[in-house]
Amino acid sequence: MPERAAPITPEEVAHVARLARLAIGDEELAGYTADLAAVLDHAADLAALDLDGVEPTAHPLPLRNVDRPDEVRPGLRRDEALAGAPDVAENRYFRVPRILGDEG
Amino acid sequence: MTGGSGPYEAVIGLEVHVELATVTKMFCGCPNAFGAEPNTLVCPTCLGLPGSLPVLNRAVVDLALRFGAALGFRVPETSIFARKNYFYPDMPKDYQISQYEEPILVDGRLEVDGAVVGIERAHLEEDTGKIIHVGGGGRIHDAACSLVDYNRAGVPLMEIVSRPDLRSADQARAYVSELRAVLEALGVSDVKMEEGSLRIDANVSVRRAGSTVLGTKVEIKNMNSLRSLGRAVDHEVHRQVALLEAGGSVTQETRHWDEEGGVTQPMRTKEASHDYRYFPEPDLVPLAPTPERLGRVTAALPELPAARRARLRREWGIGEADARTLVGRRDLADYAEAAVAAGAPGAAVANWCTGEILSHLNETGVSAEVLPLAPDGLAELVALVGDGTLSRPLAKDVLAECLREPKRPRQVVAERGLAQVSDEEELGAIVDEVLTRHAAEVEAYRGGDDKTRKRKRGFLMGECMRATRGRGNPQVLSRLLDERLA
Ligand SMILES: [Zn+2]
Repeated sequence: MPERAAPITPEEVAHVARLARLAIGDEELAGYTADLAAVLDHAADLAALDLDGVEPTAHPLPLRNVDRPDEVRPGLRRDEALAGAPDVAENRYFRVPRILGDEG
Repeated sequence: MTGGSGPYEAVIGLEVHVELATVTKMFCGCPNAFGAEPNTLVCPTCLGLPGSLPVLNRAVVDLALRFGAALGFRVPETSIFARKNYFYPDMPKDYQISQYEEPILVDGRLEVDGAVVGIERAHLEEDTGKIIHVGGGGRIHDAACSLVDYNRAGVPLMEIVSRPDLRSADQARAYVSELRAVLEALGVSDVKMEEGSLRIDANVSVRRAGSTVLGTKVEIKNMNSLRSLGRAVDHEVHRQVALLEAGGSVTQETRHWDEEGGVTQPMRTKEASHDYRYFPEPDLVPLAPTPERLGRVTAALPELPAARRARLRREWGIGEADARTLVGRRDLADYAEAAVAAGAPGAAVANWCTGEILSHLNETGVSAEVLPLAPDGLAELVALVGDGTLSRPLAKDVLAECLREPKRPRQVVAERGLAQVSDEEELGAIVDEVLTRHAAEVEAYRGGDDKTRKRKRGFLMGECMRATRGRGNPQVLSRLLDERLA
Protein backbone atom coordinates (compact mmCIF):
# COMPACT_ATOMS: atom_id res chain seq x y z
CA MET A 1 0.00 0.00 0.00
CA PRO A 2 1.32 3.48 -0.84
CA GLU A 3 1.91 5.73 2.14
CA ARG A 4 -0.35 8.64 2.86
CA ALA A 5 1.35 12.02 3.35
CA ALA A 6 1.76 12.90 7.01
CA PRO A 7 -0.70 15.65 7.97
CA ILE A 8 0.91 19.06 8.19
CA THR A 9 1.35 20.62 11.64
CA PRO A 10 0.36 24.18 12.64
CA GLU A 11 4.10 24.86 13.28
CA GLU A 12 4.95 23.91 9.69
CA VAL A 13 2.17 26.13 8.38
CA ALA A 14 3.50 29.04 10.44
CA HIS A 15 7.01 28.38 9.08
CA VAL A 16 5.81 28.28 5.48
CA ALA A 17 3.86 31.47 6.05
CA ARG A 18 6.95 33.18 7.40
CA LEU A 19 9.01 32.07 4.40
CA ALA A 20 6.34 33.43 2.07
CA ARG A 21 6.11 36.68 4.08
CA LEU A 22 2.44 36.08 4.84
CA ALA A 23 1.07 37.58 8.04
CA ILE A 24 -1.16 34.87 9.40
CA GLY A 25 -2.69 35.39 12.82
CA ASP A 26 -2.88 32.61 15.40
CA GLU A 27 -6.66 32.47 14.99
CA GLU A 28 -6.22 31.71 11.26
CA LEU A 29 -3.63 28.97 11.75
CA ALA A 30 -6.07 26.11 12.40
CA GLY A 31 -8.08 26.91 9.27
CA TYR A 32 -5.01 27.04 7.00
CA THR A 33 -3.62 23.88 8.53
CA ALA A 34 -6.82 22.02 7.64
CA ASP A 35 -6.85 23.53 4.11
CA LEU A 36 -3.24 22.61 3.41
CA ALA A 37 -3.76 19.11 4.81
CA ALA A 38 -6.57 18.66 2.30
CA VAL A 39 -4.30 19.80 -0.55
CA LEU A 40 -1.60 17.38 0.56
CA ASP A 41 -4.14 14.56 0.84
CA HIS A 42 -5.18 15.26 -2.71
CA ALA A 43 -1.57 15.13 -3.90
CA ALA A 44 -1.13 11.89 -1.99
CA ASP A 45 -3.70 10.29 -4.33
CA LEU A 46 -0.90 10.23 -6.91
CA ALA A 47 0.97 7.86 -4.68
CA ALA A 48 -1.79 5.31 -5.25
CA LEU A 49 -0.78 5.05 -8.93
CA ASP A 50 1.54 2.32 -10.08
CA LEU A 51 4.56 4.31 -11.24
CA ASP A 52 7.11 1.51 -11.45
CA GLY A 53 9.34 2.13 -14.44
CA VAL A 54 8.20 5.73 -14.90
CA GLU A 55 11.11 8.19 -14.88
CA PRO A 56 10.72 11.24 -12.68
CA THR A 57 10.30 14.36 -14.77
CA ALA A 58 10.82 18.02 -14.04
CA HIS A 59 8.45 19.12 -16.76
CA PRO A 60 5.16 17.89 -18.23
CA LEU A 61 6.04 18.89 -21.82
CA PRO A 62 8.03 16.48 -24.01
CA LEU A 63 10.40 19.29 -25.00
CA ARG A 64 14.17 19.69 -24.70
CA ASN A 65 16.64 22.48 -25.50
CA VAL A 66 14.32 25.38 -26.20
CA ASP A 67 16.72 28.28 -26.65
CA ARG A 68 17.43 31.50 -28.53
CA PRO A 69 20.45 32.97 -30.34
CA ASP A 70 22.76 35.29 -28.38
CA GLU A 71 21.46 38.47 -29.98
CA VAL A 72 20.46 41.76 -28.38
CA ARG A 73 16.76 42.57 -28.42
CA PRO A 74 15.30 45.92 -27.45
CA GLY A 75 14.32 46.15 -23.79
CA LEU A 76 12.65 48.91 -21.82
CA ARG A 77 13.63 52.56 -21.66
CA ARG A 78 14.65 53.53 -18.14
CA ASP A 79 11.61 55.69 -17.54
CA GLU A 80 9.42 52.78 -18.63
CA ALA A 81 11.29 50.40 -16.35
CA LEU A 82 11.00 52.75 -13.38
CA ALA A 83 7.34 53.54 -14.07
CA GLY A 84 6.28 50.41 -12.18
CA ALA A 85 8.58 50.99 -9.22
CA PRO A 86 7.06 51.68 -5.81
CA ASP A 87 9.65 54.43 -5.36
CA VAL A 88 12.44 55.93 -7.46
CA ALA A 89 15.70 57.75 -6.64
CA GLU A 90 17.41 60.30 -8.91
CA ASN A 91 15.28 59.05 -11.80
CA ARG A 92 17.87 56.27 -12.08
CA TYR A 93 17.31 53.75 -9.31
CA PHE A 94 14.57 51.64 -7.82
CA ARG A 95 14.34 52.74 -4.20
CA VAL A 96 13.46 50.24 -1.48
CA PRO A 97 13.43 50.39 2.31
CA ARG A 98 16.89 50.01 3.76
CA ILE A 99 18.11 46.42 3.68
CA LEU A 100 20.63 45.14 6.19
CA GLY A 101 22.55 41.91 6.24
CA ASP A 102 23.67 39.66 3.47
CA GLU A 103 20.74 37.39 2.94
CA GLY A 104 20.56 35.51 -0.33
CA MET B 1 51.10 24.54 9.68
CA THR B 2 52.26 23.43 13.09
CA GLY B 3 50.55 24.18 16.38
CA GLY B 4 52.06 23.70 19.85
CA SER B 5 50.81 20.12 19.95
CA GLY B 6 51.88 19.07 16.47
CA PRO B 7 51.30 19.62 12.78
CA TYR B 8 47.94 20.44 11.21
CA GLU B 9 46.73 20.23 7.64
CA ALA B 10 44.41 22.71 5.96
CA VAL B 11 41.57 21.37 3.79
CA ILE B 12 40.23 23.91 1.33
CA GLY B 13 37.52 23.83 -1.31
CA LEU B 14 36.66 26.78 -3.52
CA GLU B 15 33.49 27.98 -5.18
CA VAL B 16 34.39 30.22 -8.07
CA HIS B 17 31.68 32.26 -9.81
CA VAL B 18 32.54 33.43 -13.28
CA GLU B 19 30.54 35.68 -15.50
CA LEU B 20 30.14 34.18 -18.96
CA ALA B 21 31.32 36.22 -21.94
CA THR B 22 28.04 36.39 -23.81
CA VAL B 23 26.56 39.29 -25.75
CA THR B 24 23.23 39.11 -23.97
CA LYS B 25 21.84 38.01 -20.60
CA MET B 26 20.97 34.43 -19.72
CA PHE B 27 17.21 34.45 -20.31
CA CYS B 28 16.49 37.67 -22.22
CA GLY B 29 17.97 39.79 -25.01
CA CYS B 30 19.30 42.59 -22.79
CA PRO B 31 23.01 43.33 -23.28
CA ASN B 32 25.46 41.69 -20.87
CA ALA B 33 27.65 44.76 -20.35
CA PHE B 34 29.66 46.41 -17.58
CA GLY B 35 29.51 50.06 -16.62
CA ALA B 36 26.23 51.18 -18.22
CA GLU B 37 23.97 53.79 -16.63
CA PRO B 38 21.80 52.19 -13.90
CA ASN B 39 18.65 50.38 -15.08
CA THR B 40 19.27 50.91 -18.78
CA LEU B 41 19.89 47.21 -19.59
CA VAL B 42 16.53 45.85 -18.51
CA CYS B 43 13.36 44.36 -19.99
CA PRO B 44 10.16 42.76 -18.67
CA THR B 45 11.87 39.36 -18.29
CA CYS B 46 14.85 40.41 -16.16
CA LEU B 47 12.59 42.75 -14.16
CA GLY B 48 10.24 39.83 -13.49
CA LEU B 49 7.19 41.63 -14.83
CA PRO B 50 3.98 39.57 -15.00
CA GLY B 51 3.53 37.68 -18.25
CA SER B 52 7.21 37.60 -19.21
CA LEU B 53 8.94 34.28 -19.78
CA PRO B 54 12.62 33.30 -19.78
CA VAL B 55 14.20 31.77 -22.90
CA LEU B 56 17.66 30.23 -22.52
CA ASN B 57 20.58 31.86 -24.34
CA ARG B 58 22.22 29.19 -26.55
CA ALA B 59 25.69 30.74 -26.09
CA VAL B 60 25.52 30.20 -22.31
CA VAL B 61 25.24 26.47 -22.85
CA ASP B 62 27.97 26.37 -25.49
CA LEU B 63 30.41 28.24 -23.22
CA ALA B 64 29.69 25.90 -20.31
CA LEU B 65 30.11 22.85 -22.55
CA ARG B 66 33.42 24.23 -23.86
CA PHE B 67 34.67 24.60 -20.28
CA GLY B 68 33.43 21.09 -19.53
CA ALA B 69 35.21 19.56 -22.51
CA ALA B 70 38.47 21.31 -21.61
CA LEU B 71 38.54 20.03 -18.02
CA GLY B 72 37.20 16.54 -18.61
CA PHE B 73 33.77 17.02 -17.04
CA ARG B 74 30.96 14.54 -17.59
CA VAL B 75 27.88 16.08 -19.18
CA PRO B 76 24.76 14.40 -17.77
CA GLU B 77 22.15 13.45 -20.36
CA THR B 78 19.81 16.10 -19.01
CA SER B 79 20.15 18.97 -16.61
CA ILE B 80 17.42 21.24 -15.32
CA PHE B 81 16.97 24.71 -13.94
CA ALA B 82 15.45 25.36 -10.52
CA ARG B 83 14.03 28.30 -8.65
CA LYS B 84 15.92 29.37 -5.57
CA ASN B 85 13.36 31.27 -3.57
CA TYR B 86 14.24 34.17 -1.32
CA PHE B 87 13.00 37.65 -0.60
CA TYR B 88 15.61 40.27 -1.29
CA PRO B 89 15.29 43.22 -3.63
CA ASP B 90 18.32 42.24 -5.71
CA MET B 91 16.03 39.79 -7.56
CA PRO B 92 12.72 41.31 -8.65
CA LYS B 93 11.14 37.88 -9.25
CA ASP B 94 11.80 36.87 -5.61
CA TYR B 95 13.65 33.87 -6.92
CA GLN B 96 16.88 33.26 -8.75
CA ILE B 97 17.02 30.76 -11.61
CA SER B 98 19.84 28.35 -10.89
CA GLN B 99 20.80 24.72 -11.31
CA TYR B 100 20.57 22.70 -8.15
CA GLU B 101 20.29 18.92 -8.15
CA GLU B 102 21.04 18.39 -11.83
CA PRO B 103 23.92 20.65 -12.98
CA ILE B 104 25.19 20.80 -16.55
CA LEU B 105 28.71 19.59 -15.65
CA VAL B 106 29.94 17.08 -13.08
CA ASP B 107 33.29 15.57 -12.12
CA GLY B 108 36.00 17.62 -13.79
CA ARG B 109 39.64 18.11 -12.87
CA LEU B 110 42.34 20.70 -13.23
CA GLU B 111 46.06 20.07 -12.94
CA VAL B 112 47.78 22.69 -10.80
CA ASP B 113 51.57 22.50 -10.47
CA GLY B 114 51.54 18.74 -10.87
CA ALA B 115 48.65 18.09 -8.45
CA VAL B 116 45.20 17.17 -9.70
CA VAL B 117 42.38 19.21 -8.16
CA GLY B 118 38.97 17.61 -8.49
CA ILE B 119 35.99 19.73 -9.48
CA GLU B 120 32.73 18.37 -8.17
CA ARG B 121 30.41 20.30 -10.43
CA ALA B 122 29.85 23.44 -12.44
CA HIS B 123 26.36 24.85 -12.78
CA LEU B 124 24.64 27.76 -14.45
CA GLU B 125 22.77 30.52 -12.68
CA GLU B 126 21.70 34.09 -13.25
CA ASP B 127 23.38 37.00 -11.48
CA THR B 128 21.40 39.35 -9.25
CA GLY B 129 20.96 43.11 -9.38
CA LYS B 130 23.23 45.46 -7.48
CA ILE B 131 22.10 47.09 -4.25
CA ILE B 132 23.57 50.36 -3.06
CA HIS B 133 23.01 51.07 0.61
CA VAL B 134 22.45 54.71 1.35
CA GLY B 135 22.77 55.80 4.96
CA GLY B 136 20.91 58.63 6.69
CA GLY B 137 22.88 61.85 6.22
CA GLY B 138 24.11 60.80 2.79
CA ARG B 139 23.35 62.46 -0.49
CA ILE B 140 19.78 61.28 -0.22
CA HIS B 141 19.00 62.61 3.19
CA ASP B 142 15.30 62.04 3.72
CA ALA B 143 15.67 58.50 5.02
CA ALA B 144 18.06 55.58 5.07
CA CYS B 145 17.17 53.50 2.03
CA SER B 146 18.64 51.13 -0.53
CA LEU B 147 18.90 51.76 -4.27
CA VAL B 148 18.71 49.00 -6.82
CA ASP B 149 20.26 48.71 -10.28
CA TYR B 150 19.00 45.70 -12.27
CA ASN B 151 21.54 45.88 -15.11
CA ARG B 152 23.28 42.78 -13.77
CA ALA B 153 20.09 40.87 -12.97
CA GLY B 154 20.02 37.92 -15.35
CA VAL B 155 23.68 38.08 -16.42
CA PRO B 156 24.88 34.48 -16.93
CA LEU B 157 27.18 32.99 -14.30
CA MET B 158 28.84 29.63 -13.94
CA GLU B 159 29.65 28.41 -10.44
CA ILE B 160 32.62 26.05 -10.32
CA VAL B 161 32.76 23.98 -7.14
CA SER B 162 36.06 22.29 -6.39
CA ARG B 163 36.46 19.25 -4.18
CA PRO B 164 38.24 19.87 -0.86
CA ASP B 165 41.53 18.94 -2.54
CA LEU B 166 43.51 22.10 -1.80
CA ARG B 167 45.97 22.09 1.12
CA SER B 168 47.32 25.62 1.44
CA ALA B 169 46.57 29.26 0.67
CA ASP B 170 49.27 29.19 -2.01
CA GLN B 171 47.73 26.17 -3.67
CA ALA B 172 44.30 27.81 -3.56
CA ARG B 173 45.72 30.85 -5.32
CA ALA B 174 47.51 28.70 -7.87
CA TYR B 175 44.25 26.85 -8.58
CA VAL B 176 42.29 30.06 -9.18
CA SER B 177 45.10 31.49 -11.23
CA GLU B 178 45.19 28.40 -13.50
CA LEU B 179 41.39 28.29 -13.66
CA ARG B 180 41.38 31.92 -14.71
CA ALA B 181 43.95 31.29 -17.44
CA VAL B 182 41.87 28.36 -18.73
CA LEU B 183 38.64 30.39 -18.76
CA GLU B 184 40.39 33.22 -20.57
CA ALA B 185 42.04 30.92 -23.12
CA LEU B 186 38.67 29.30 -23.83
CA GLY B 187 36.96 32.67 -24.19
CA VAL B 188 34.43 31.50 -21.60
CA SER B 189 34.86 34.57 -19.39
CA ASP B 190 36.70 37.89 -19.32
CA VAL B 191 37.80 36.93 -15.79
CA LYS B 192 38.19 40.52 -14.66
CA MET B 193 38.02 40.30 -10.89
CA GLU B 194 37.81 44.06 -10.46
CA GLU B 195 34.64 44.15 -12.57
CA GLY B 196 33.14 41.32 -10.60
CA SER B 197 33.33 38.78 -13.41
CA LEU B 198 35.18 36.34 -11.11
CA ARG B 199 34.17 35.91 -7.47
CA ILE B 200 35.41 33.39 -4.93
CA ASP B 201 34.04 31.77 -1.77
CA ALA B 202 36.25 29.39 0.21
CA ASN B 203 35.40 26.46 2.49
CA VAL B 204 38.18 26.03 5.01
CA SER B 205 38.75 23.43 7.71
CA VAL B 206 41.81 22.07 9.49
CA ARG B 207 42.71 18.63 10.84
CA ARG B 208 45.65 16.83 12.35
CA ALA B 209 48.23 16.03 9.69
CA GLY B 210 47.69 12.47 8.53
CA SER B 211 44.04 12.37 9.60
CA THR B 212 41.46 11.45 6.98
CA VAL B 213 38.48 12.86 8.89
CA LEU B 214 37.29 16.30 7.79
CA GLY B 215 37.19 19.07 10.40
CA THR B 216 34.29 21.49 10.83
CA LYS B 217 34.27 23.79 7.82
CA VAL B 218 33.87 27.53 7.70
CA GLU B 219 32.75 29.36 4.59
CA ILE B 220 34.55 32.62 3.79
CA LYS B 221 33.03 35.23 1.50
CA ASN B 222 34.02 38.58 0.03
CA MET B 223 37.48 37.89 -1.34
CA ASN B 224 37.84 40.00 -4.44
CA SER B 225 41.40 39.35 -5.56
CA LEU B 226 43.90 36.51 -5.62
CA ARG B 227 45.81 38.35 -2.95
CA SER B 228 42.85 38.63 -0.61
CA LEU B 229 42.05 34.95 -1.22
CA GLY B 230 45.56 34.03 -0.04
CA ARG B 231 45.41 36.33 2.97
CA ALA B 232 41.90 35.27 3.99
CA VAL B 233 42.62 31.54 3.79
CA ASP B 234 45.90 31.95 5.68
CA HIS B 235 44.20 33.95 8.38
CA GLU B 236 41.34 31.47 8.71
CA VAL B 237 43.67 28.45 8.94
CA HIS B 238 45.64 30.15 11.73
CA ARG B 239 42.45 31.15 13.53
CA GLN B 240 41.11 27.58 13.48
CA VAL B 241 44.40 26.03 14.60
CA ALA B 242 44.63 28.54 17.46
CA LEU B 243 41.07 27.67 18.51
CA LEU B 244 41.81 23.94 18.56
CA GLU B 245 45.14 24.44 20.33
CA ALA B 246 43.35 26.40 23.04
CA GLY B 247 41.06 23.41 23.58
CA GLY B 248 38.12 25.00 21.78
CA SER B 249 36.22 23.88 18.70
CA VAL B 250 35.43 25.39 15.33
CA THR B 251 31.85 26.52 14.74
CA GLN B 252 30.29 25.80 11.36
CA GLU B 253 29.45 29.26 10.04
CA THR B 254 29.88 31.78 7.26
CA ARG B 255 32.53 34.43 7.80
CA HIS B 256 33.20 37.63 5.95
CA TRP B 257 36.73 38.63 4.93
CA ASP B 258 37.56 42.13 6.13
CA GLU B 259 40.23 43.31 3.71
CA GLU B 260 41.33 46.33 5.72
CA GLY B 261 41.42 44.62 9.10
CA GLY B 262 42.99 41.48 7.61
CA VAL B 263 40.62 39.22 9.56
CA THR B 264 37.56 37.04 8.95
CA GLN B 265 34.46 37.88 10.95
CA PRO B 266 31.16 36.10 11.51
CA MET B 267 28.40 37.30 9.19
CA ARG B 268 25.05 38.39 10.47
CA THR B 269 22.84 35.40 9.95
CA LYS B 270 19.12 35.55 9.54
CA GLU B 271 16.86 32.87 10.84
CA ALA B 272 15.82 30.39 8.14
CA SER B 273 17.64 32.42 5.51
CA HIS B 274 18.88 29.24 3.86
CA ASP B 275 15.49 27.67 3.38
CA TYR B 276 15.47 28.35 -0.36
CA ARG B 277 12.73 25.83 -1.24
CA TYR B 278 14.28 24.89 -4.57
CA PHE B 279 11.91 23.42 -7.12
CA PRO B 280 12.18 22.79 -10.88
CA GLU B 281 11.65 25.98 -12.92
CA PRO B 282 8.34 25.37 -14.73
CA ASP B 283 9.07 28.05 -17.37
CA LEU B 284 12.16 26.29 -18.74
CA VAL B 285 12.39 22.84 -20.28
CA PRO B 286 15.29 20.46 -19.54
CA LEU B 287 18.62 20.88 -21.23
CA ALA B 288 19.90 17.82 -23.09
CA PRO B 289 23.02 18.52 -25.15
CA THR B 290 23.17 16.17 -28.13
CA PRO B 291 26.30 14.12 -28.88
CA GLU B 292 26.70 16.16 -32.10
CA ARG B 293 26.76 19.39 -30.13
CA LEU B 294 29.31 17.99 -27.66
CA GLY B 295 31.42 16.77 -30.57
CA ARG B 296 31.40 20.21 -32.20
CA VAL B 297 32.44 21.88 -28.94
CA THR B 298 35.27 19.41 -28.32
CA ALA B 299 36.58 19.72 -31.88
CA ALA B 300 36.77 23.51 -31.57
CA LEU B 301 38.77 23.58 -28.31
CA PRO B 302 41.73 25.98 -28.43
CA GLU B 303 45.14 25.25 -26.94
CA LEU B 304 44.99 25.26 -23.13
CA PRO B 305 47.42 27.27 -20.97
CA ALA B 306 49.44 24.25 -19.78
CA ALA B 307 50.01 23.10 -23.38
CA ARG B 308 50.82 26.63 -24.49
CA ARG B 309 53.39 27.08 -21.70
CA ALA B 310 55.05 23.80 -22.65
CA ARG B 311 55.17 24.81 -26.32
CA LEU B 312 56.65 28.27 -25.64
CA ARG B 313 59.29 26.78 -23.35
CA ARG B 314 60.22 24.27 -26.02
CA GLU B 315 60.13 26.59 -29.03
CA TRP B 316 61.57 29.72 -27.47
CA GLY B 317 63.87 28.20 -24.89
CA ILE B 318 62.37 30.23 -22.05
CA GLY B 319 61.90 29.20 -18.41
CA GLU B 320 58.71 28.10 -16.66
CA ALA B 321 58.40 31.40 -14.76
CA ASP B 322 58.45 33.47 -17.96
CA ALA B 323 56.09 31.07 -19.72
CA ARG B 324 53.71 31.30 -16.77
CA THR B 325 53.80 35.11 -16.78
CA LEU B 326 53.17 35.28 -20.52
CA VAL B 327 50.40 32.71 -20.68
CA GLY B 328 48.83 34.16 -17.52
CA ARG B 329 47.48 36.89 -19.82
CA ARG B 330 46.12 35.73 -23.11
CA ASP B 331 46.46 39.19 -24.68
CA LEU B 332 50.15 39.30 -23.75
CA ALA B 333 50.88 35.78 -24.98
CA ASP B 334 49.07 36.51 -28.26
CA TYR B 335 51.08 39.73 -28.64
CA ALA B 336 54.38 37.93 -28.01
CA GLU B 337 53.53 35.17 -30.47
CA ALA B 338 52.64 37.74 -33.11
CA ALA B 339 56.02 39.47 -32.59
CA VAL B 340 57.78 36.14 -33.01
CA ALA B 341 55.74 35.46 -36.13
CA ALA B 342 57.05 38.81 -37.41
CA GLY B 343 60.57 37.40 -37.22
CA ALA B 344 61.91 38.14 -33.73
CA PRO B 345 63.57 35.45 -31.58
CA GLY B 346 61.23 34.13 -28.87
CA ALA B 347 63.59 34.56 -25.92
CA ALA B 348 64.15 38.28 -26.64
CA VAL B 349 60.43 38.87 -27.19
CA ALA B 350 59.56 37.04 -23.95
CA ASN B 351 62.09 39.19 -22.14
CA TRP B 352 60.51 42.45 -23.29
CA CYS B 353 56.95 41.18 -22.84
CA THR B 354 57.39 39.92 -19.28
CA GLY B 355 59.34 43.07 -18.38
CA GLU B 356 58.65 46.55 -19.70
CA ILE B 357 55.53 45.70 -21.68
CA LEU B 358 53.79 43.85 -18.86
CA SER B 359 54.64 46.70 -16.44
CA HIS B 360 53.13 49.15 -18.90
CA LEU B 361 49.96 47.04 -19.25
CA ASN B 362 49.62 46.78 -15.48
CA GLU B 363 50.15 50.49 -14.95
CA THR B 364 47.76 51.63 -17.65
CA GLY B 365 45.23 48.82 -17.35
CA VAL B 366 44.97 48.45 -21.13
CA SER B 367 44.98 45.26 -23.16
CA ALA B 368 48.00 44.33 -25.29
CA GLU B 369 45.62 44.27 -28.25
CA VAL B 370 45.42 48.06 -28.27
CA LEU B 371 49.06 48.98 -27.62
CA PRO B 372 50.26 51.75 -29.98
CA LEU B 373 53.24 49.54 -30.78
CA ALA B 374 52.01 46.62 -32.89
CA PRO B 375 53.70 43.22 -32.43
CA ASP B 376 55.79 43.67 -35.59
CA GLY B 377 56.99 46.97 -34.09
CA LEU B 378 58.35 45.04 -31.12
CA ALA B 379 60.03 42.69 -33.58
CA GLU B 380 61.62 45.77 -35.17
CA LEU B 381 62.92 46.93 -31.78
CA VAL B 382 64.36 43.48 -31.06
CA ALA B 383 66.11 43.58 -34.45
CA LEU B 384 67.59 47.03 -33.67
CA VAL B 385 69.11 45.61 -30.49
CA GLY B 386 70.21 42.49 -32.30
CA ASP B 387 72.17 44.32 -35.00
CA GLY B 388 73.81 46.69 -32.50
CA THR B 389 71.95 49.85 -33.54
CA LEU B 390 70.49 50.22 -30.04
CA SER B 391 71.93 49.31 -26.66
CA ARG B 392 69.49 47.71 -24.26
CA PRO B 393 69.06 50.90 -22.12
CA LEU B 394 68.44 53.00 -25.24
CA ALA B 395 66.01 50.42 -26.58
CA LYS B 396 64.10 50.80 -23.31
CA ASP B 397 63.76 54.55 -23.95
CA VAL B 398 62.62 53.93 -27.49
CA LEU B 399 60.07 51.38 -26.33
CA ALA B 400 58.71 53.79 -23.72
CA GLU B 401 58.13 56.36 -26.45
CA CYS B 402 56.52 53.82 -28.77
CA LEU B 403 54.15 52.79 -25.97
CA ARG B 404 53.14 56.42 -25.47
CA GLU B 405 52.41 57.31 -29.06
CA PRO B 406 52.04 55.42 -32.31
CA LYS B 407 55.61 55.55 -33.59
CA ARG B 408 57.82 52.86 -35.04
CA PRO B 409 61.15 52.20 -33.26
CA ARG B 410 63.17 53.14 -36.40
CA GLN B 411 61.32 56.44 -36.57
CA VAL B 412 62.19 57.26 -32.93
CA VAL B 413 65.83 56.30 -33.49
CA ALA B 414 65.99 58.62 -36.52
CA GLU B 415 64.17 61.51 -34.84
CA ARG B 416 66.28 61.46 -31.70
CA GLY B 417 69.57 60.50 -33.34
CA LEU B 418 69.74 57.56 -30.99
CA ALA B 419 71.54 55.05 -33.12
CA GLN B 420 74.28 53.39 -31.13
CA VAL B 421 77.78 54.55 -32.00
CA SER B 422 80.21 51.73 -32.67
CA ASP B 423 82.74 53.73 -34.66
CA GLU B 424 86.13 53.06 -33.03
CA GLU B 425 87.70 56.36 -34.00
CA GLU B 426 84.85 58.42 -32.62
CA LEU B 427 84.62 56.38 -29.39
CA GLY B 428 88.42 56.34 -29.00
CA ALA B 429 88.52 60.13 -29.00
CA ILE B 430 85.83 60.20 -26.32
CA VAL B 431 87.73 57.71 -24.13
CA ASP B 432 90.91 59.76 -24.48
CA GLU B 433 89.06 62.92 -23.45
CA VAL B 434 87.58 61.18 -20.37
CA LEU B 435 90.95 59.81 -19.28
CA THR B 436 92.55 63.27 -19.58
CA ARG B 437 89.75 64.87 -17.60
CA HIS B 438 90.08 62.26 -14.83
CA ALA B 439 93.83 61.90 -14.66
CA ALA B 440 93.76 61.50 -10.88
CA GLU B 441 91.39 58.54 -11.14
CA VAL B 442 93.60 56.96 -13.78
CA GLU B 443 96.54 57.40 -11.44
CA ALA B 444 94.61 55.77 -8.59
CA TYR B 445 93.63 52.90 -10.90
CA ARG B 446 97.22 52.22 -11.91
CA GLY B 447 98.53 52.27 -8.35
CA GLY B 448 95.58 50.53 -6.65
CA ASP B 449 94.84 46.99 -5.51
CA ASP B 450 92.32 44.80 -7.33
CA LYS B 451 89.37 46.25 -5.47
CA THR B 452 90.35 49.83 -6.19
CA ARG B 453 91.07 49.04 -9.83
CA LYS B 454 87.67 47.48 -10.22
CA ARG B 455 85.97 50.51 -8.70
CA LYS B 456 87.94 53.07 -10.69
CA ARG B 457 87.41 51.18 -13.93
CA GLY B 458 83.67 51.12 -13.28
CA PHE B 459 83.72 54.87 -12.69
CA LEU B 460 85.67 55.58 -15.88
CA MET B 461 83.43 53.30 -17.95
CA GLY B 462 80.40 55.16 -16.62
CA GLU B 463 81.98 58.50 -17.56
CA CYS B 464 82.72 57.25 -21.08
CA MET B 465 79.13 56.05 -21.48
CA ARG B 466 77.85 59.36 -20.20
CA ALA B 467 80.09 61.29 -22.59
CA THR B 468 78.40 59.42 -25.47
CA ARG B 469 75.00 60.29 -23.97
CA GLY B 470 74.31 56.58 -23.64
CA ARG B 471 74.78 55.90 -27.34
CA GLY B 472 78.23 54.33 -27.19
CA ASN B 473 78.38 50.63 -27.95
CA PRO B 474 79.29 49.21 -24.51
CA GLN B 475 81.38 46.34 -25.86
CA VAL B 476 83.51 48.63 -28.06
CA LEU B 477 83.87 51.29 -25.34
CA SER B 478 84.88 48.70 -22.79
CA ARG B 479 87.58 47.28 -25.07
CA LEU B 480 88.97 50.73 -25.98
CA LEU B 481 89.09 51.71 -22.29
CA ASP B 482 90.93 48.52 -21.32
CA GLU B 483 93.44 49.02 -24.13
CA ARG B 484 94.26 52.47 -22.82
CA LEU B 485 94.41 51.49 -19.15
CA ALA B 486 96.67 48.51 -19.78
ZN1 LIG C 1 16.22 41.69 -19.83
